[in-house]
Amino acid sequence: MDAPETFFDFVQQQSGKLLEQTLTHTGLTFISVLLAVAIGVPLGIFITRRKKMAALVLGFAGVMQTIPSIALLGFMIPLLGIGPKPAIVALFLYALLPIIRNTYTGINGVDNNVIEAATGMGLSRQQLLFKVQLPLALPVILAGIRTATVINVGVATLAAYIAAGGLGEFIFGGIALNNTNMMLAGAIPAALLAILFDWLLSLLQHINIRRSGKALYALPVIFLVLSSFYLIPDTYSSKMLAGFTPEFMGRKDGYLGLKSVYGLHIRTLVISDMIMYKAAYEKKLDVISGSSTDGRVKAFDLVVLEDDKHIFPPYYAAPIVRDETLEKYPELEPALNLLSGTINDSIMTELNYRVDYLKQNPEKVAKDFLVAAKLWKPASNGSKGTIRIGSKIFGDGYILANMYKMLIEGYTDLSAMTKTGLGGTKIVFDALTNDQIDMYPEYTGTGLLVILQTPQPVVDSIISDSKKVYDYVSMGFEKQFQVKWLKPIGFNNTYALMMRRSAATRLHINSISAFTNYVNHQ
Amino acid sequence: MIKLDHVTKYFNTAKKAVDDISFEVQEGETLVLLGTSGCGKTTTLRMINRLLDPGSGHIYVNGKDVQQQSPAVLRRSIGYVLQNTGLFPHYTVSENIGTVPALLQWDKTRIRNRTITLMDKLRLPAATYAEVYPHQLSGGQQQRVGLARALAADPPVLLLDEPFGALDPLTRISIRKEFKALDELNSKTIILVTHDVEEAFELGDRICLMNEGRIQQLGPATALLFKPANDFVQTFLDPQRLQLELKSLLLQDLWPFLTTKDIPAGLQQLPAESSCWEALAAMTHSPVTVVCDQEQKEIDGNALMDAIASYKKQ
Repeated sequence: MDAPETFFDFVQQQSGKLLEQTLTHTGLTFISVLLAVAIGVPLGIFITRRKKMAALVLGFAGVMQTIPSIALLGFMIPLLGIGPKPAIVALFLYALLPIIRNTYTGINGVDNNVIEAATGMGLSRQQLLFKVQLPLALPVILAGIRTATVINVGVATLAAYIAAGGLGEFIFGGIALNNTNMMLAGAIPAALLAILFDWLLSLLQHINIRRSGKALYALPVIFLVLSSFYLIPDTYSSKMLAGFTPEFMGRKDGYLGLKSVYGLHIRTLVISDMIMYKAAYEKKLDVISGSSTDGRVKAFDLVVLEDDKHIFPPYYAAPIVRDETLEKYPELEPALNLLSGTINDSIMTELNYRVDYLKQNPEKVAKDFLVAAKLWKPASNGSKGTIRIGSKIFGDGYILANMYKMLIEGYTDLSAMTKTGLGGTKIVFDALTNDQIDMYPEYTGTGLLVILQTPQPVVDSIISDSKKVYDYVSMGFEKQFQVKWLKPIGFNNTYALMMRRSAATRLHINSISAFTNYVNHQ
Repeated sequence: MIKLDHVTKYFNTAKKAVDDISFEVQEGETLVLLGTSGCGKTTTLRMINRLLDPGSGHIYVNGKDVQQQSPAVLRRSIGYVLQNTGLFPHYTVSENIGTVPALLQWDKTRIRNRTITLMDKLRLPAATYAEVYPHQLSGGQQQRVGLARALAADPPVLLLDEPFGALDPLTRISIRKEFKALDELNSKTIILVTHDVEEAFELGDRICLMNEGRIQQLGPATALLFKPANDFVQTFLDPQRLQLELKSLLLQDLWPFLTTKDIPAGLQQLPAESSCWEALAAMTHSPVTVVCDQEQKEIDGNALMDAIASYKKQ
């Protein structure tokens, strides 16, 4: 086995990619700030003259700021597709508030006596603006630009979710793959960029504006140059466009496997799974890396391509529980195992469909299912102890966590609380090992590859047999983490390559081999 | 030079800030608008350079209706000094002073020469102060820069809004003296707003006392003192009446009421243009003599007070 890779090894190996991501990141940040300055400063000036508009404009910019970044990016997809355009627009909207508000505050903050004197001496409105108001408000306006820039360096990491690149690719890839080096290789440069830009702009804020008037003209030029770092990557000629999650991009049972086993070479974009399905449905993407039981497969009429060379390992879901908890509450295990064998792939897809697409409450969906399966019992309101159930931010996790809560409360004297939405594998698993939660539903494949980081020869020898994989991870988890795998629930939420049903039918593609053949001979 | 013709200004429909005001200021004259806060004096001033526009009535500067002129062009021909100076904090002293000449597109040498001349006249040597920023100056110095800025383009008209109001009493008195002595101001038509009665009497050729937006009385200081138009004028001046009377009455005004006596030799001799205040200061030790139309009279404290009483009775 190779020696563990250090952070510096990773940076060295990936230096080309790191540089590209850093430049993209810088470009995204500055192009959006530049736009925000171009729009925000005149708008800020305008509302100092039309005070009635001020509340409206500031209110609008404020609302933009309160929309969660990923949601704002999501809203942009139907309007602008995926890639740099929606990312830049979203970042622009984020940068707008500090710039408008500081321009407005800065100009309003200029001493009224000075304004009065200037007016009384016969400066025209334009002279008043350029000779008095703007120079005196400039430090405040620059502070706004500083804030906006730092915010945007942070928010730009999310651009990776909608295929706009940037350091977020490493950050989210790292989180998804439990690869700390990769995560840091994205996070550290992002933090450094924020500090660097903040410092550079702070220097600017304190120079004497009038004495260095010419230097000030250099500012937009610098912004433009930095903005131009953003070059839309377009090196493949293939017409097919794939959207893969950061996790999928870096996994052996993901894009790496597609390349090595199937020989697939395709233009790829890194994208969040939250918007990937919709983007495929809206023909922004041709093929995506979905999970086979996702409700959106049904909702967006996608078809799973057969993994005819078996690169995707089995991802059977099962609850994993801390040994400590099981010893303390032996009645827990039978209650959790009630669910075993009850949910197959199509049932899970259906349940996910109800949550993801019909927007039904996961709790209701969970209860409906338990009732139908005759497993539901009213809560006994026991007070023996509390079981903390975690879940990742996928539909599966929410629903299963709710089912387990109901089973625990119905069949034991324990109470249960759910901590859903714990990000990716790394976050939720760390929560488990650090005793922040007692259990969560995990997939065998994830356990094998991401958590245990099983060496490749071992993986190759067991991957085609789901039973062997389950046994291997059960043993490994017990030994390494004192965590027990309970009985599998039944469904296999494996990775799958999927495309629009209409396109698949038209092109007669039903398997990954057929798809590869089509792409490579286009 | 400046004429207001039935000028009225409403800020809201309920109350008139300025109510039907008319007056004329002659070329070279200094008119003081005097009154308590909120009496409409500043509003009146600000309508002259169109920082405010009147609700009705007309204002003429140099024979031209100000409403017919572009505000910016009008204001460049009117010097304006504010209580809080309103100096540009991001401009040096010389740049502040050169503001209006620069707006009028004077060439750089001319602006520099003018700035240096003014700074010297106002006891701010250019070598020390030209490149300094306003916040590095004392209050009195800032006010001088404000005055220099208003005078820079040599405007025929000056509007001064409580120019010494923000200064401490000592600085105020000394700057007022300098102000009076400044030759630049001799030919200017000046309107000065103040709530300081003493200042009004010291600087004004005529005083316009205002209350609740209306003119209560407009005339020379002695008229306000000795022939008040109404009770308001009377009460307004009462607290400082004695001092004001002594300062505004000149010995020559009292001439008919001073008695002739034998005059001992060696007494200090005062000109008839001296004020009673100055005479009192001079006679604290011994009586003084006054010469008017080649006639000489001796006065002491009692004689002066008797004369004042007789003057007021007439």
